[in-house]
Amino acid sequence: MLKVASFKNYVNFANAKTIGRLFSSNNALNKVDGGKFTDFGSKMVPLAEKQKLVGGVFSSVASKYDIMNDVMSLGIHRCWKDHFINKLDAGKRPNSDTPLSFIDVAGGSGDIAFGLLDHAEEKFHDTQSTMDIIDINPDMLKEGEKRALEQNKYYNNPRVRFMIQNGEVLDAIESNSKDIYTVSFGIRNFTDIQAGLNTAHRVLKPGGIFYCLEFSKIENGLVDFGYQQWAKVLPFMGSVIANDYDSYQYLVESIERFPDQETFKYMIEKAGFQSVGYENLTFGTCAIHWGIKV
Amino acid sequence: MLLRLTFLSSKLDRCLHNRAQQRHIFIATALTIGSFLFGKDARLADMMDRGELHDKNVEYELKRQERIDARLKTLQSTRPMKPMYKGHVPLTAIEKMILFTVSGVRSFFHPENGINIVQLGESTALPFVLENLKQTMLSDETGRRILREKPNVTTDQLDMGKLSKLPKNTFGYRFFKWLEKEGVSPDTRAPVTYIDDPVHAYIFKRYRQCHDFYHSLNDLPIIIEGEITVKALEAANLGIPMAALGALLAPLRLKSVQRDRLYDIYLPWAVKTGLSCKPLINVYWEELLEKDIDKLKKELGITAPPDLREIRKERAQKRKQLKLRYENFDQ
Repeated sequence: MLKVASFKNYVNFANAKTIGRLFSSNNALNKVDGGKFTDFGSKMVPLAEKQKLVGGVFSSVASKYDIMNDVMSLGIHRCWKDHFINKLDAGKRPNSDTPLSFIDVAGGSGDIAFGLLDHAEEKFHDTQSTMDIIDINPDMLKEGEKRALEQNKYYNNPRVRFMIQNGEVLDAIESNSKDIYTVSFGIRNFTDIQAGLNTAHRVLKPGGIFYCLEFSKIENGLVDFGYQQWAKVLPFMGSVIANDYDSYQYLVESIERFPDQETFKYMIEKAGFQSVGYENLTFGTCAIHWGIKV
Repeated sequence: MLLRLTFLSSKLDRCLHNRAQQRHIFIATALTIGSFLFGKDARLADMMDRGELHDKNVEYELKRQERIDARLKTLQSTRPMKPMYKGHVPLTAIEKMILFTVSGVRSFFHPENGINIVQLGESTALPFVLENLKQTMLSDETGRRILREKPNVTTDQLDMGKLSKLPKNTFGYRFFKWLEKEGVSPDTRAPVTYIDDPVHAYIFKRYRQCHDFYHSLNDLPIIIEGEITVKALEAANLGIPMAALGALLAPLRLKSVQRDRLYDIYLPWAVKTGLSCKPLINVYWEELLEKDIDKLKKELGITAPPDLREIRKERAQKRKQLKLRYENFDQ
């Protein structure tokens, strides 16, 4: 009847955390003790466990993911995603012969993926570009396929593929095969963010664009104060309304742990991208980072 | 007030009698003091303090990590106490009131959603009620044993295969048959989340898990009338507020036939049985699976109610006959 998130079975490695603080020079590169432990929200868990635990979070929220996003961002996430799609402005131009190949990682629910294809179709009359929707969690992919079925578009369509893949490896995707790589509110859940960026670099064609929308450091003190109060109340609200305290607690803590704009920009440059930049949305609540593979 | 003070206070301020002037001075003062706190100089000074202004110094990373850890700590210390058991979400007093209000409203409009009822049940299970129940358990030998051994009712603990092979007059066999007839399994009980004391939480969990035993012992179906009857039995026997709430308010939503049946037959039976029989929380159901059901009922002091499904079937048949008779007449 009630799906209890599986990560309630984790053990708190308190000592690993203190060691971790000494060795990790960069908040993003949280591997310690030779890559044995990593952060999961604010707990330190064995590397191999984190994927399973994150999977557990998303299994329990998959069916209510959109509602959860609406609650967490008070509906503003739709504006952010619209701006994300419009700013990228991707699509096969009318004077071109070659369709684009998109890949949307950690986008199981499909909102960005379908939004990108819809934008290409409306603005450039592009009905040929292909889309690979990747997610490590099959429940989220199921939600995406269900949505495709309900809107009767992109379901059983050769243009759109739904695949269960690990974003850090993407072993079923060839190198140098994608024009646009998008990841929206998913990269903070990667066990190893740098590996995810390196894989993005591998998978993109030369000239391909890496485009990422993720929560980031709030620049304005007042908005930051407001957000902190909201973040303190959110898990309780999730518990009362959605009967899920732990998932919201994890999400709020994972947002806190994600590196800030400049650090993430440095990580993208380290992966080999050029012309890396970012744009703050809503005073830095989230940021769009981009980079081009040369 | 400010006007009068500035006007009357000093002889030198004789010129400040213009209200607009005073407002201007007030605003200017507020802005100046505000700029000391939030202005550009203050912001730059904070950034310098954090090491963000010039080339990032050696301490920058450590300080940043400290800040992030401080923020994480505030995020984690929102609960008034540490969790007492797995799945425990401690709530402050205000949060408990919010939970009660929200779940109460939601249960009123959507009683069919199990989560609402579960949350309302936990928010109304006040400490003195559960303490009372604990004392009932402690004053009985079997109750003490239950509290010590903390049995958990799940399908692996109650082997369904074994139950089906028991003799037909045993409680275990009847329980198995009832589960089959109603199409439910004993695993569907929600975990306890909001009750703070771990012993109280276990007692509440035990109460929830024994619900099906009460159903099968009295052969009451899982339709709403059967549920109301069992809730009334629990309310009378154990004193759980949610059970009483449910038994009082739920019949108001029923059809009048069902309501009359409840008020005439089942609720009186439930209240009478509940008040007169042994406290059911002290019954170690798992050990009594092989006991003869009639003997068990006698020991507990329970007499069976009329079979609800039978009564409903008979009434449905009569109505059908009536319908057929008059349909034929019309043709």
